[in-house]
Amino acid sequence: MELDPLLLSRLQFAFVVSFHAIFPVFTIGLASYIALLNGLFYKTENPAWDRLALFWTKVFAVVFGMGVVSGIVMSFQFGTNWSNFSYASANFLGPILSYEVVTAFFLEAAFLGVLLFGRGKVPQGVHLFAAIMVAIGTFISSFWILSANSWMHTPAGVELIDGRFHVTSWIAAIFNPSFWYRFVHMGMASFLTGGFVVAGVSAWFLLRGRDVDANRKALSMCLWLLLVLAPAQAVVGDFHGLNTLEYQPTKVAAMEGNWETRGNVPLLLFALPDQEAQTNRFELGIPSLASVILKHDPAGVIPGISEVAPEEQPPVAIVFWAFRIMVGIGFLMIGVAIAGVILRKRGTLYTNPLFLKSLVGMIAMPFVAVLAGWVVTEAGRAPWLVYGMMTHAEGLTPSLTGGMALFTLIGYVAVYAVVFWAGIYYLTRVVRNGMLPEDEQKEVQGEVERPKRPLSASHTPFDDAEPARS
Amino acid sequence: MDMFDLSLIWALIIGFGIIMYVVMDGFDRGLGILYPFAPDEESRDVMMNSVAPVWDGNETWLVLGGAGLLGAFPLVYSVFLPALYIGVFLMLAGLIFRGIAFEFRFKSHRNRRWWNRAFCWGSAVAAFAQGAVVGAYIQGFNVEGFVYVGGALDWLTPFTVMTGLGLMCGYALLGATWLILKSEGHVQEWAYRITPVLLAAVLVVFAAVSLWTPFVNPDVWARWFNNIQLIWVLPALALACAIWLWSSVRRRSDGQPFVATLGIFIFTYLGLVASKWPVIVPPDHTIWDAASAPESQLFLLIGMLFVIPIVLTYTAWTYWVFRGKVKVGEGYH
Repeated sequence: MELDPLLLSRLQFAFVVSFHAIFPVFTIGLASYIALLNGLFYKTENPAWDRLALFWTKVFAVVFGMGVVSGIVMSFQFGTNWSNFSYASANFLGPILSYEVVTAFFLEAAFLGVLLFGRGKVPQGVHLFAAIMVAIGTFISSFWILSANSWMHTPAGVELIDGRFHVTSWIAAIFNPSFWYRFVHMGMASFLTGGFVVAGVSAWFLLRGRDVDANRKALSMCLWLLLVLAPAQAVVGDFHGLNTLEYQPTKVAAMEGNWETRGNVPLLLFALPDQEAQTNRFELGIPSLASVILKHDPAGVIPGISEVAPEEQPPVAIVFWAFRIMVGIGFLMIGVAIAGVILRKRGTLYTNPLFLKSLVGMIAMPFVAVLAGWVVTEAGRAPWLVYGMMTHAEGLTPSLTGGMALFTLIGYVAVYAVVFWAGIYYLTRVVRNGMLPEDEQKEVQGEVERPKRPLSASHTPFDDAEPARS
Repeated sequence: MDMFDLSLIWALIIGFGIIMYVVMDGFDRGLGILYPFAPDEESRDVMMNSVAPVWDGNETWLVLGGAGLLGAFPLVYSVFLPALYIGVFLMLAGLIFRGIAFEFRFKSHRNRRWWNRAFCWGSAVAAFAQGAVVGAYIQGFNVEGFVYVGGALDWLTPFTVMTGLGLMCGYALLGATWLILKSEGHVQEWAYRITPVLLAAVLVVFAAVSLWTPFVNPDVWARWFNNIQLIWVLPALALACAIWLWSSVRRRSDGQPFVATLGIFIFTYLGLVASKWPVIVPPDHTIWDAASAPESQLFLLIGMLFVIPIVLTYTAWTYWVFRGKVKVGEGYH
C-alpha cells in the first residue's frame, strides 16, 4: 500500500494539535478561576479561598508546563509538513503566530513567576494583580491563535499575488468574519472545562470527606457558573453555526447530514452517512427542525452537500458524528447543571453520592467535547486549508514522502505517550495530595523558590521514596 | 519603507537570537552530555541545580527564533524545516525529554536513574541535530525556485555528522566551563580536568570543519581564499580565545574559562555568518529573497522591539538572582 503523505500529515497535525489543545483549554479557564479565588481572599480574608487558590495554582503550574512543552512542537509543524502553506501565508500568519509567542513570553517573564512564587513575598495586592494579568494573558494568547485559525476558515483582508498572500488590511484579516464567534465559543468552552474539572475534583474530595468547607465553597460556585454558562454556550454555538452557514455552507450541510438542497430539513438524531452513494443509509430525525434552527422557518431552504463536487466535500460521517458528540455532551452539561440546582433546593447538593460521583465522571467530558468541536470545524473545512483559496494538497510540503510522515507520526505518538503518562500520573498525585493544612499553608510563604519553571511550583514528589534511601 | 532596510534589521535580530540561544541553551545541553561521566550523583545534583533556574528561559529564544523566522524570513522556515524534517523531529523529541527530565528528576527517588538518562540522551540528540543543521546550512539545500526538492536524508552526510559531533563537543566544553564557574570542591576539580580534553576535541573538529568546508562549498572557498581579507581576523580571535581558555584552566581561574569559551563560540559563529553573508538559504537566496512583505516585517518588528528588552532584562535578572556557587547538597527538591 502506498503511504499517503497528505493523509499522514493531516493525522499528525490533528494528533499534535489535539494533544496540545487539552492543556491550554484547561489553563485558560483555570487562570480566571485562580484570579477569582485570589480576589475573594483579598476581599474577605477567608483562608478557605487562599487554600483553594494555592491548591489550584499548583495544578495550574503542572498543566501550564505540559502545555509549553507540547507547544514547542506546534511552532515547527507548519514548516515541516505544510511548507507551501507556511510560505504562502507567512505574511499574515507569521506575525500573528509570533505575536502569540511574544504575548506568552511577556506573560511568563512578567507575571507568571509572581503568581507561582511570589505568594507571601510580594504584597497581596500585587499578587492578585499578577493573577489577573496571567488570566488576561491566556486570553490574549488564544486571541492570536483563534484569529489565525479563523482566518483560515474565513480569509479576509488579504490579496493573493504570485502564490503568496499579502495583507491589505490587518484589521480585516485579524477580525475576520468568523473570529468573534470562534473566540467567544472557545472562551466559554475553556470556562466550562475549568468549571467541570474544579467541580469534579471538589466532588472527589467531598466523597472522601477531605477539606469539606473549602471544597463545598468551590463546588457551589462552580455549579452556579455552569448553570449560566452551559445553556449560554448552546446559544453562542447556535450563532456560530449561523455564521458558518453563511460562509461555509458545506460544513453545516455535513454537520446536519443533509445531502440535497431543500426545505423542511429534518434534525437528524442518528444517521449513517454514505459518502460514495452521496446519501444517508439510515435516518432517524425530527421533521423540519434543522430548517427551524438554521432559518427560523420550517420551510427554510438549506444548501446540501451535493452543491459541491464529491472531491470538494468534507468527510461527512466524521463531521456528522463529531458534531453529535459535541452537542450531546453540551446537553449533558446542561442537565448536570440543572440537577445541581434541584439538589441545592433539596439541601443535598454536597451529600448526594450519585451526583458527586457523576461530577467526578464528568471531568473528562468537556475535553472530549472540545476536541470533537475542533474535529467538526477542521474536518468540515476539508479539502480547503485556507477556505476557498488553498487546499490541503496545495499546502503540503512537496518534498515530504509517506515514509517520512509515518516516521514522525509514530515518533510524536511515542514521545507524547511518555510525556502524557508522566504528566497525568504526576497531576493525579498532586490532586491526591490535596490542600495543605492551614498551619502549613503559612510556612510555604517562607521558602526560597526558583522562578521561571512552572512545574517547580508544585512540591509533590513524583514517586514514593526508595525505602533504602529515604 | 525606504528609510530602513527591514530585512537587515530582522537579520540582526534573528542572528542575535540564534547566538543567544546557542550559548545559553548550549551550556545546559553540555551538562546533559557530560552527565554520564560525572564522578557521582552528588555532582549530578550540582550540575542540574546550576542550570535549573535558567534553562527554561534559555529555550524561549528557540521558540522566538522559530516564530520570528516564519514572520520575517518565511523562505528559511519553509526550506530548512522540510529539508531537515527528520533532524527537526529528533531535536524536538530530545528537547521534550530533556525538559520533562529536568522537572521530574528532582521530584523522583526510585525513578531518578531514568530521568538521568532522559536528560542525557535528550541533550545529546538535540545537540547533535543542531550541529547537523549547521553542517547542512554550510552544504546548502536542493532548492528549485522557492521550494525544497531534495530527499529526507540529504542533510545527513559525513560532513554533517562531523559538525553534529563537533557541536556536541562544543556544548560539552561550554557545560564544563560553566560548571567551573558555578561549582567548587571535587565537582569543580573534575570540570577542570575534563576541560582541556574537550578543548582538544573541539579544536580538532573545528580544524577539520574549517579545512573541509571550502571543499563542500565552492562559494565559501572563494570568500576565504580569493583575496586575503579582514575575515581572517575571526578565526584568529577564536584561536586566541582557545589559548586563553587553556591558560586560564591551568591557572585554575573560576570565571575566565567560561568567558573564553563564549569567545570561541561567538567568533566561530561570526566566521560562519561571514562565510555566507548575505545568503540565508544556501546556495542562492539572500536575506532579501527570503523576506516576507515589508508591511509584515514592520508589523512584527513593533512587537519585538517591545518584548526583546523585557526578555533580556528578565534573563539578566534571573542570572543575577542565582549568581554564585551551587554547593553540594544545597538547592531544592
